[in-house]
Amino acid sequence: MTDPVIELDGLEVCFGGRLILKKLKASLTGRSIGLLGPNGAGKSTLLNTLLGFHQPTAGTARVFGHDVRTDARRVRSLIGYMPENDAFIASMSGVRFVRLMAELSGLPPERALERAHEAFFYVGLGEVRYRALGTYSLGMKQAAKLAQAIAHGPRLLFLDEPTNGLDPPARTRMIQLIQEIRDRGDLSLILSSHLLRDVEECCDQVLILKDGNIAAYCNLEEERRSNRRFLELEARTDGVPTASFLEALEKLGCETAQGAQGRIKLVMPEGLEVRRLYALAAEQNVQIRRLNHKRDSLEDIFLKAMENSNGRL
Amino acid sequence: MAVYKKTYRPYEGTLTASWKRFLVIPRYAFEDLHRSRFLTIFYLASFLYPLIAAIIIYVEHNVDALKLLNAQNAARLISIDEGFFMSFLGWQGMLALFLAAFIGPGQVSPDLTNNALSLYLARPFSRAEYILGKLSVLWILMSLMTWVPGLLLFGLEGYLEGPAWMAHHFSIAKGLFLGAWIWILVLSLLALALSAWVKWKPAAGALVFGVFFVASGFGGAINQMEDTVWGSLLSINTLVGTIWVNLFTGGDQASNGGAFFRVAPGQHLPAWCCWLMLGLVCLVFLSMLRLKIRGAEVVR
Repeated sequence: MTDPVIELDGLEVCFGGRLILKKLKASLTGRSIGLLGPNGAGKSTLLNTLLGFHQPTAGTARVFGHDVRTDARRVRSLIGYMPENDAFIASMSGVRFVRLMAELSGLPPERALERAHEAFFYVGLGEVRYRALGTYSLGMKQAAKLAQAIAHGPRLLFLDEPTNGLDPPARTRMIQLIQEIRDRGDLSLILSSHLLRDVEECCDQVLILKDGNIAAYCNLEEERRSNRRFLELEARTDGVPTASFLEALEKLGCETAQGAQGRIKLVMPEGLEVRRLYALAAEQNVQIRRLNHKRDSLEDIFLKAMENSNGRL
Repeated sequence: MAVYKKTYRPYEGTLTASWKRFLVIPRYAFEDLHRSRFLTIFYLASFLYPLIAAIIIYVEHNVDALKLLNAQNAARLISIDEGFFMSFLGWQGMLALFLAAFIGPGQVSPDLTNNALSLYLARPFSRAEYILGKLSVLWILMSLMTWVPGLLLFGLEGYLEGPAWMAHHFSIAKGLFLGAWIWILVLSLLALALSAWVKWKPAAGALVFGVFFVASGFGGAINQMEDTVWGSLLSINTLVGTIWVNLFTGGDQASNGGAFFRVAPGQHLPAWCCWLMLGLVCLVFLSMLRLKIRGAEVVR
């Protein structure tokens, strides 16, 4: 079994008598974990607590086995943090700022300078690295924040709303960068976002928070895999009784349900290929006019998690 | 790695010792300060007084030089004693106040204006190290203009007078060193606290002066109206001046400090009161910093 990246062990955080995180308990093992939830769900508080900015009121959390209460310095040495809001020194040039941050993480000055240049080229800001950060556009500031988060080579990356305020091309570029970092496999990442699409494109696991509680924690890859077994097809039988086609499908091991106007919902067994359905349809003289994989998207998962006891959102 | 290889790679090299990472902050600050021509000229000008004091000490012990200047009796007029060094520290201390007002406001506020502080503290770098780093910027600059030249002058006088003089006037060295440290600490904490709370640099700089002159004036007014000395508790320069007199002379009421730190005759406060009040003032400044220097704002 994979070692957990983050373990939440009854984590509770309280501000001014108000409970923000309520006894969170989970073991996050994914390489890229999405953190979802509506405003005020506790996403940023969770990240800030893991960074040691807030002290847990009860329970604790561990990052790569290091306790955030007792070993906060070690925890922070493993993390690269890209905050949601602006975070820069306006009068400093981009490369100098990233160098400063890398040095504070413990890199020797020469190596920090080298890494700062590399990080700037990597995020696509090579040409503007000597310009003062205060003159950067919003997209450039986001990229500069990513550069400072990766310059010191962390093992875990916290990305808080990384595509905030980006135009479509800049967003695509940012998502590509995150996917590239994820696919290299050198580090794990936690992506906190309210954009389901960002999480869907970058993450293999998702933790959904609601009112300081864990509303859902699921493996998107497994969901996607299981979704591939759900099919919805529209068949034209031309005189052949639909029931006999359904019977033939069941003989192949499918679970079926008949809908209106020739629509059939089915769950395929493991090992059965879709082309076998086409072959069967041809044998039965049935035309398959449409075949859709049922898509239980992240949106469905999110909406289900957000449903309260009354079934209302 | 060549820059054309635009790819992410982890860092596997050595790391610097964590205890000395706070020194990164003064290094970057000095690079920035060095760019200001005004500040460089001001800082160089602040060494004029030590230079003149060194010449006075040298001339005072050089009969040939006095004969050359036709001022053989000058040696009797200039006495290199506690008063001489207290005046030196008083003058240099005042220049340190100007320096704090110029560079102090630019220390913390740029990090707070655009939330860069969260990036500092998201690293293996604590709030204490951050404050220590910022304090060391002011401490290094002010030390070089106060107690370091002061002790060099003391060493020069001791060299010319002999070891007996040094032993007899050890309180001067103690006064120079501790007196300057106290002043630097109070000034640095004040400048940083104001920098954290007042983001507009000119206003923060003006407030540095305001805290000294306005509070001092207010304390003086209380003294006048109530016919008391306790109003001086509001005057930081009087508190520091009293402590200096205590350190240099062992509490000789006839001495009245130097330059800006002069204590008016009959206005001496008990030394323990001054220590206590300065301690409280430092605690207030530290609390102000503690409230502002944090990784994330908590909206309650």
